[in-house]
Amino acid sequence: MSLAVVYAVLFYVAAVIFLGGLAWKISSYARTPAPLKIPTTPAPTTRFGVVARMVREVTVFESLFKSNKWIWLFGWIFHFALVLVLLRHFRYFQEPVWFWVDLIQPFGKYAGFAMVAGLLGLWARRVVVDRVRYISSPSDHLMLALLVAIGGTGLLMKYVAHTDIVALKAYMLGLLRFSIQPLPADPVLLIHLALVATLMLIFPISKLLHAPGVFFSPTRNQIDNPREIRHAQGWTAQIRHDA
Amino acid sequence: MAKTEFDTPELGEFQLTPKLHDGVMAHSQPYIAKPEFQEALGFPGELEDGWEDRAVTRLGELVDGSRALRVFLDSCVKCGACTDKCHYYLGTGDPLNMPVARQDLLRKVYRRYHTPAGKVLGKIGLAGLIGAAEMNKEVLDQWYSYFHQCSQCRRCSVFCPYGIDTAEISMAAREVMDSIGQGQKYCNEIIAKVYKIGNNLGLPEPALVDTLEGLEEDVKDETGVDVKFPVDVKGADVLLITPSADFFAEPHIDGLIGYAKVFHQAGISWTLSSYASEAANFGMFIGSLDNMQKVAERIRTAALELGVKRIVVGECGHAWRVAYSFWNTLAGPFDFLDPNYPAPQHIIEFTHDLIQRGALTLDPSANDEYRVTFHDSCNVARASRMGNRPGGQFVLPREVIKSSVNHFFDMAPETIHENTFCCGGGGGLLTDDLMELRVKGAQPRMQALKDVVEQNQVNYLAAICAICKSQFSKVLPYYGHPMDMIGSVHGLVSNAIQLGTKQ
Repeated sequence: MSLAVVYAVLFYVAAVIFLGGLAWKISSYARTPAPLKIPTTPAPTTRFGVVARMVREVTVFESLFKSNKWIWLFGWIFHFALVLVLLRHFRYFQEPVWFWVDLIQPFGKYAGFAMVAGLLGLWARRVVVDRVRYISSPSDHLMLALLVAIGGTGLLMKYVAHTDIVALKAYMLGLLRFSIQPLPADPVLLIHLALVATLMLIFPISKLLHAPGVFFSPTRNQIDNPREIRHAQGWTAQIRHDA
Repeated sequence: MAKTEFDTPELGEFQLTPKLHDGVMAHSQPYIAKPEFQEALGFPGELEDGWEDRAVTRLGELVDGSRALRVFLDSCVKCGACTDKCHYYLGTGDPLNMPVARQDLLRKVYRRYHTPAGKVLGKIGLAGLIGAAEMNKEVLDQWYSYFHQCSQCRRCSVFCPYGIDTAEISMAAREVMDSIGQGQKYCNEIIAKVYKIGNNLGLPEPALVDTLEGLEEDVKDETGVDVKFPVDVKGADVLLITPSADFFAEPHIDGLIGYAKVFHQAGISWTLSSYASEAANFGMFIGSLDNMQKVAERIRTAALELGVKRIVVGECGHAWRVAYSFWNTLAGPFDFLDPNYPAPQHIIEFTHDLIQRGALTLDPSANDEYRVTFHDSCNVARASRMGNRPGGQFVLPREVIKSSVNHFFDMAPETIHENTFCCGGGGGLLTDDLMELRVKGAQPRMQALKDVVEQNQVNYLAAICAICKSQFSKVLPYYGHPMDMIGSVHGLVSNAIQLGTKQ
């Protein structure tokens, strides 16, 4: 079996597990009832206010900023850079390339460095700060190693050992159309791709679930209006008072 | 669990984050509930064979019934943001008092039995790779120690990027322990007393009436005014639900006298209920929705029987959380009350409103001997609200205080409002068998207090929570302050109010 086929199978399996697992997890969050009102107050008293609070949480990490400026700095740099890097990668999956993907290309190219720097900052804290070292389990280190390796191999291909990007794009476009094209047998590329597939595979069963989880966190997404509107879900939905 | 010797933490120039001192609080465990009290709450009397499986099953049920629990257990990335936020960690240095480490005591069992990765890796002996672990006696011991070193104050949840609230996790852990027969004596005995007698202190109706009559005489002697303390008066406008400590504990009772004077001057008829003579609801502390609902139901029953139009809640932190956030859900709807007032209403909201409308005559100079600071109680600060605007729970009590005193000073901003530190005795830990924990857990609050005592000569620590008041009167002396430095906000109102000046 050729490499192209092996990687095609790997990515199809990874995609199914990633999307299926995530859909399963998200639906379990959505289906699990929140029996009580537990927003961490002061909390917004309107739906709009809650949306604004959530937007602040996921774009500027408001709570983390209150908490610890170093974690905030490294974490925010990593996440923001990751978004740029992911968006930049759209160009390998579409023809023609959307104009805004071209637009961010110059930033996306350097964001790879910021991403790895942020990750190394977070990793350093796991080693240096006694409290964070105490709470880290092997998987926490492995997750950082995985992300650093993905970023590192990507930077290697961009700045040191170029891969045949035209052939790679043809391969990726082929995957999207269920037609397997030749895959460049470039070791750095093969490692990069294998690690990305690994990340997709473990996403729905690991702490990476914080990405969907934050949107379902009752302390952040509930409106502070328990006196005005009677809340009842799950266990509490069965309470009946006929006045 | 014999009395242990311990040192009161030393206070420095500013709050320090301690180094890790592994296991220094492992010995701290409350007494275990006796079978009769376990059974009164619907739990098994004691641990029986097979408890491990039942614990795992119960945990699964709780996760299925609580989105918060499911999301919180999955989402933690171990970033470390919460590690220096818990007063029990700051006061003890025990790493298992870091919120994330405390959560992990339960999370490791959840991961082992209720996640795909844990099930697979657990079978091949690699559970440790992802921080998963078997449920066994050692784990239960850790749970019993450290889930009784969390006062459910929610300070960690303010700082967590995902809003993970350790209170939810410790409530779940306590519910699991109750459900396998290992409950905590203090909380469970108290809940049993509420069912049997109507309040936490086990104060029966005749004793309550007697106490209140005594108070009427005291106030009459002091002011010459007939201020009433009515019980079970049908058709009164307001039902006052207050922590039973207000009936005779110091300094709580000064608060109760303050409420009565406010009602008196406002000319609003009110009553206590001997059936629901308790605002506290320890069902929340033990994470039992069932018990919390049953205790809350008593309020509805009393309000209906007495035919009142409004319900006002006295100074009590967790009780206000339950009243404000949960009563409508657990015992509502309260559509039989007057819709012109919030149901329920906090006594601070009630008094604040009267002050705004000019219905009270307050002379702040009556409190000129006091230089006052205010301790935001955790459940009021981070789990409820007062007034119409977010943050009203910080503004209204301070405005009531400032209307009643001339000298008010806030503690450092990182220790008040939503950043407030727990008194160290909340969450069902206000028991003598946890004295070491209570003294050490008070350290961050005592540090902030020390600063305003030195800079502003503060000599009165005002609070609106029965637990805070009891806890501080016990621990203040450990830190070199007189025990009567702690007082009720309505104790200040009581001093300032000029009776007989309004009709």
